[in-house]
Amino acid sequence: MSSAPGPEGPPTVLPRKRRGIELVMLAFALLLGLGAYAQVDVNVTGALGPRFVPVAVGCTVGVLLTHLAVRWRLPYADPLLLPCVVVLNGLGLAMIHRIDLISEPVAHGARQQLIWTTLGVVVFLAVAVGLRDHRPLQRYPYTIGLVGVVLLLLPLVPGIGTAKFGAQIWIQVGPYSFQPAEAAKVLLAVAFASYLVEKRDVLALAGYRVLGLDLPRARDLGPILLVWLLSLAILVLQRDLGTSLLFFGLFVMMLYVATERAGWAVLGLLLFAAGAWFGYLNFGHVRVRVGAWLHPFSDFDAYYQVISAQFGYAYGGLLGTGLGLGRPGLTPLARSDFIAAAVGEELGMAGLMALIMVYGLFVARGLRTALQCREPFGKLLAAGLAFAFALQVFAIIGGVTRLLPLTGLTTPFMSQGGSSMICNWIIVGLLMVISHQVRRPVATAASYRPDLETTQVVRVA
Amino acid sequence: MNGPIRRVAVVAMLMFALLLANGTYIVLFRQGPLDAMPQNRRVRDAEFSQNRGSILAAGKTEIATTVPSKDRFAYQRNYPSGSLYAPVTGYFSYDHASTGLENTYNTQLAGTADSLFVRRLIDLATNRTPQGASVQTTIVPKVQEAAATALGRQKGAVVALNPKTGAVLALVTSPGYDPNTVAGHDVEKADKAYDSLAADSSRPLSNRAAREIYPPGSTFKLVTAAAALADGKTPDSKVKAPDRLRLPGTSTYLPNEGSCGGTTITMEQALKVSCNTAFANLGLGVGEARLREQAQLFGFDARHLSDLGGVASQFPDSLDDAQLALSSIGQYDVAASPLQMAMVSSAIANDGVLMDPYVVSSVQAPDLTPIETHKPRVLSTAMTPGNAEALQQMMGVVVSQGTGTNARIAGVEVGGKTGTAQSDPKRKPFAWFTSFAPLDDPEIAVAVVVEDADIPRNDIAGGRLAAPIARAVMQAGLSR
Repeated sequence: MSSAPGPEGPPTVLPRKRRGIELVMLAFALLLGLGAYAQVDVNVTGALGPRFVPVAVGCTVGVLLTHLAVRWRLPYADPLLLPCVVVLNGLGLAMIHRIDLISEPVAHGARQQLIWTTLGVVVFLAVAVGLRDHRPLQRYPYTIGLVGVVLLLLPLVPGIGTAKFGAQIWIQVGPYSFQPAEAAKVLLAVAFASYLVEKRDVLALAGYRVLGLDLPRARDLGPILLVWLLSLAILVLQRDLGTSLLFFGLFVMMLYVATERAGWAVLGLLLFAAGAWFGYLNFGHVRVRVGAWLHPFSDFDAYYQVISAQFGYAYGGLLGTGLGLGRPGLTPLARSDFIAAAVGEELGMAGLMALIMVYGLFVARGLRTALQCREPFGKLLAAGLAFAFALQVFAIIGGVTRLLPLTGLTTPFMSQGGSSMICNWIIVGLLMVISHQVRRPVATAASYRPDLETTQVVRVA
Repeated sequence: MNGPIRRVAVVAMLMFALLLANGTYIVLFRQGPLDAMPQNRRVRDAEFSQNRGSILAAGKTEIATTVPSKDRFAYQRNYPSGSLYAPVTGYFSYDHASTGLENTYNTQLAGTADSLFVRRLIDLATNRTPQGASVQTTIVPKVQEAAATALGRQKGAVVALNPKTGAVLALVTSPGYDPNTVAGHDVEKADKAYDSLAADSSRPLSNRAAREIYPPGSTFKLVTAAAALADGKTPDSKVKAPDRLRLPGTSTYLPNEGSCGGTTITMEQALKVSCNTAFANLGLGVGEARLREQAQLFGFDARHLSDLGGVASQFPDSLDDAQLALSSIGQYDVAASPLQMAMVSSAIANDGVLMDPYVVSSVQAPDLTPIETHKPRVLSTAMTPGNAEALQQMMGVVVSQGTGTNARIAGVEVGGKTGTAQSDPKRKPFAWFTSFAPLDDPEIAVAVVVEDADIPRNDIAGGRLAAPIARAVMQAGLSR
């Protein structure tokens, strides 16, 4: 940021737009993705595939379109969010393409993923051009929340809900299947944020102080218990550890940020521990995951997937086998849940770590947006979206690398799957919209004092 | 709300730090063990399609080679002589790992050994297909073939050593198997071949020469004789040789198989006719501790030829006198591998000096520069040169006039000792023969065991079966 003396004396802060930086970074990101794609072709088949040129042109056009839309409608948005996404999305495409080439005849996962990416970009453009300001979303907490919960529970409805890989988290409409939990993630983040902004005073002020912790009143426990029960329901009925963990984590974190009371976080962790213990004791699928985490080699056949991912990491070593030169196809679901295993094998642990850093950068920019935001709804929403993203990356990559028990979450922007791709593009869109609003020059320059954070709160409603 | 957001950011940072730390941990500590696991198909497939180095017998005869292949692996392991060298090379299979030198020298053959690191870098830089090192063995094809032919289809094993260096000249076990059948790229077929070999009651996959121990029977009398010589006896010392000996502390009698030629005979006569009671008395005279010490000097109670996973031969612990008497003639719990008995003959032949047996003389890089070279190593001095010479002469008498006449070779003086051993009264006995030649300047020492020999339980019969095999092997190994 640079400050220039305003006409009436007090300095007016004019944040730089940095769109040029974004363009350079986008070009770099595009180069990485397309380079990886070309390398896969050359290493596996010896020559560039026939689809490379159309793919390259399509991707370049898509990236340019997003950039132009941002330049036009969100000129002050954070310049690093989009390049991070393009790197991840591009490498994900290249990796899926690589796994396509293993099967005989060649599969078309990458083509499908490209279609999903296109849809994601379209949705992003719609958010950037159509929404521009996130604050109107605050108006309907209950409606949005209800829609989110309904979406979340939709896979349980007989007829449209289907179980894949042991989890009842898909709905099938005609030939298309959809994971509504991904959309619910965005909707519930919005609903939680607007609800908590409304209720945060009550939740923050009333309560008891025990052992230095401010504990909430029993009657205020309603919302957290409700979300807890909902998460347990997902765990029990849909057998989906990841989504369950993600929603509960998201809610507790937002509750803590909104109320500024550590008691909520402690309570949330206790509830989480209780839920996890309950799940471990009562459900075979939870025990299988924990078993695969603690002692995978005790049962080679049952824990094959996790073991194979470990073998992949070992085979790839620090620098990897090189794109197209490893054996990522040996791990089941290498395109979706286990894409981090494929990356680690072919790009090496160094490559996977670089990727984790890109995710980290994205999360950091999201949290930074939250810090800079001057009104509570945007703050909560940005922090919530960024943290949910971090939690998701932590859970899935941690699960694949055997840091944690495996939870079947998608790897954002990389895993094959339409619902995840579209919803994550919505998340980028929302974060960019918020950051644009945050960094935009304020109309009343005198009221803007960046050094006094507490005075920055702007009541809008 | 910025305070909590900052704390949330710290939590997020910690999560990413944990991911990175775990990645580092995988590379540093998990990678090695994971790559070594036999279930790791990635590593196994990579090894399987590598241009693996050859295993060579003396005279550059390739006994395991790699030929280009057009199926899903780029190279196929090939054993040109079928089952002949299987006890040495072992096999290199997809689902059943590898055995023998294929296993012991895997990293060198595959080119992944640390000693080949620089070469790998050069290959990487020059874009050359990395090639494994080759392993040169000490096996002499002529001797190996003679041993395999002489043993034929009988169950048993033959080991031939160079007494002066410890080099293994031949190592045959029967029944054998063709490693090509389990090394094929048609994994299903190879698995079937392996399963039928593994299920075969005659155990063709086991290495009887180095990895099985048998009661050595009368061939162990050589050890007792060496102990008695070390105790001050001479070949002419008189020994009591009653027709039957009551085992001390029991009412059991140890009989002789035939007449020993008197009730008080010389030690030379005792060895010549393999007199049980005489050697039981010799063993009782020497005592348990000295007899065990002598056995250990010959290599008992220790593992040898680790390249082929050789097992230790046994001399039992805490014996009473009856057990000592039986142990002195190679019964009770004494058990020896054919390799061990070849080492006994070899040490006697080499004037009492026991050389460490070895089968790999060198490992050579693809450009034939040696990477590792074996230098012959003295394992122990089992006998004084004088005593060794005396025992050589006694063994010469065994072959020229005694129980081992079937091992006589025209124009060459041969020393040897027969043996027949029974581990279980219901089983057929084992026929043993161990020998060396020539007597004055030994070039080869041999041990032969034939399992389940269809012979009466006496030493002349044992010599009848095993001695001709030893003779054929010695003839092939002699330079004259």
